[in-house]
Amino acid sequence: MSITERGTEMQSYYGRPIVKEPVWHPEVAAYFFTGGIAGTCSVLHGIGRVTRNEGLAKTALYVGAAADIASPILLVKDLGRPERFLNMLRVFKVTSPMSVGSWILFVSGGASTTAALLELTGRLRPVKWAAEVASFLTGPPLATYTGALVANTAIPVWSEARGELPWLFGASAAASGGAATTMFAPRRSAGPARRAAILGAVAELGLTVAMERRLGFVGEVYYEGEAGKYGRVAKACTAAGATLLAARGRRSRVAAAAGSALLLAGSAALRYSVFKAGFQSARDPRYVVEKQRERLREKTR
Amino acid sequence: MSTAVESYGADAKPRMGFFTDTTICIGCKACEVACKEWNLIPEDGRLWTGESYDNTSALGANSWRHVAFVEQRKPLKLDGEVAALDAEPLRWLMESDVCKHCTHAGCLDVCPTGALFRTEFGTVVVQEDVCNGCGYCVPACPFGVIDKRDLPRSPDDAPLALPIFGKKEDGRVWKCTLCYDRLKGGHEPACAKSCPTDSIQFGELDELRERADKRLEKLRAEHWNGARLYGNDPDDGVGGFGAFFLLLDEPEVYGLPPDPVVPTAHLPKLWLNTAVAAAALLTGIAVSFFGGRE
Repeated sequence: MSITERGTEMQSYYGRPIVKEPVWHPEVAAYFFTGGIAGTCSVLHGIGRVTRNEGLAKTALYVGAAADIASPILLVKDLGRPERFLNMLRVFKVTSPMSVGSWILFVSGGASTTAALLELTGRLRPVKWAAEVASFLTGPPLATYTGALVANTAIPVWSEARGELPWLFGASAAASGGAATTMFAPRRSAGPARRAAILGAVAELGLTVAMERRLGFVGEVYYEGEAGKYGRVAKACTAAGATLLAARGRRSRVAAAAGSALLLAGSAALRYSVFKAGFQSARDPRYVVEKQRERLREKTR
Repeated sequence: MSTAVESYGADAKPRMGFFTDTTICIGCKACEVACKEWNLIPEDGRLWTGESYDNTSALGANSWRHVAFVEQRKPLKLDGEVAALDAEPLRWLMESDVCKHCTHAGCLDVCPTGALFRTEFGTVVVQEDVCNGCGYCVPACPFGVIDKRDLPRSPDDAPLALPIFGKKEDGRVWKCTLCYDRLKGGHEPACAKSCPTDSIQFGELDELRERADKRLEKLRAEHWNGARLYGNDPDDGVGGFGAFFLLLDEPEVYGLPPDPVVPTAHLPKLWLNTAVAAAALLTGIAVSFFGGRE
């Protein structure tokens, strides 16, 4: 039994959890990160091509393809039966963000890596163009669906943040994808990637604070344990990285690289913080019971 | 999110379920044992919890029935005469918990492989030859029923082939099947069959609901303290349970959520929000292209 903030005694079954903690390993949080980079890079690459910024376009293409190759490896590794990974493409279910996401990743990852390979070898130009268009179109949903994936659960801190999570993951994707491209792009063509990174970082910080405030007592987990620790790391790194990129990123190659590294660390820490918050939220039955009791009180009122 | 029994056409059966009347549960755990025996569920360690007579603790991959024991300083009846006799009241609540086989099942909705499916009896079952252990159903269940089974590796497992082939450890998700195999053969589920007091009643859901209403009426007339039905309302957050309960206190006292809602109830709005966020990401990046290349 635990005592709530309002001073009423909440009843529970020996304090045991009601919803189960996720069984996902940190690979899943790492995939949220790599998937975000891949999605943003697809867009940077596409617009870079159209605006004839070849330096930026090529860098984004290769960075994105690397992230797209890492993503399914991380996901397959997390499966309880990795040899059955192809079962993900057995059906298409709009009620399952993981099913929709598997198809998005399959198309987007396939298109990006195909385009990157054909770019390297300089062959089959029409196929490359088709792959580039497919990658461009599937990039943004690849970056945001992971927010819907965690929000579509019974975990209070994830479910209650369903308004913010796709936006937060999208913003974090812009920060990390922009940063990864800035890091490797020639200085004279990295401008759009750098500005996308700064814009994403500012949005990421704003959305994090907004989410934590709006969640109320359910958001307590963001101030405790690992979710709290990595949340603080995320905020510090993101703020420092964005400041450094905005102040010195244009002139100094070193500042651009350092600022980008900070933003990447910040985005990775944010995903891990959100990931861990779900575990912490599931562990305490208070969040499930109190939120639902609150809802029932509103219904009867 | 539909119950999808219609898709069986002529093969569709009446919806079957459980009515677990906790007022007559004696905590014998015959249901837990019968379930483990019939479904060949592995033993998963024994731990003394000190929580009344309950060492099973919760439903999970290896416990598909769980008998909860609650000791309370509350009178069993609110009848004036009986309460007067009860100088220091003590009541012992026992409840055999099980998968709710929801009308709108979160586990089934989010399963990306189609391993979880709706049977012709309206129940929710995992196909163990399809499940790839992605684990999405685990946090999607508002009741914390379904879970992943991890068994220790056997010495027979080939060490090098493990990551890809011949992995003998489990890694898949498991839960109550409402004894799908027994239903197919015209038998009632093992737990209901073994229950000595008929606390666990199996049958057609419509009939069980009527029976439960009558039972509740009787208990209320007899002034039982806190008697209520849980999960019998088709308009609740999961569209009603296929396995519902008669309880003697608030659901959370038994470790049950007071107002469960299937996560996918919010999904149409969430998808729209996700699409708008994706469009915003695209716009934000496009805007970044203004201001020169450097």
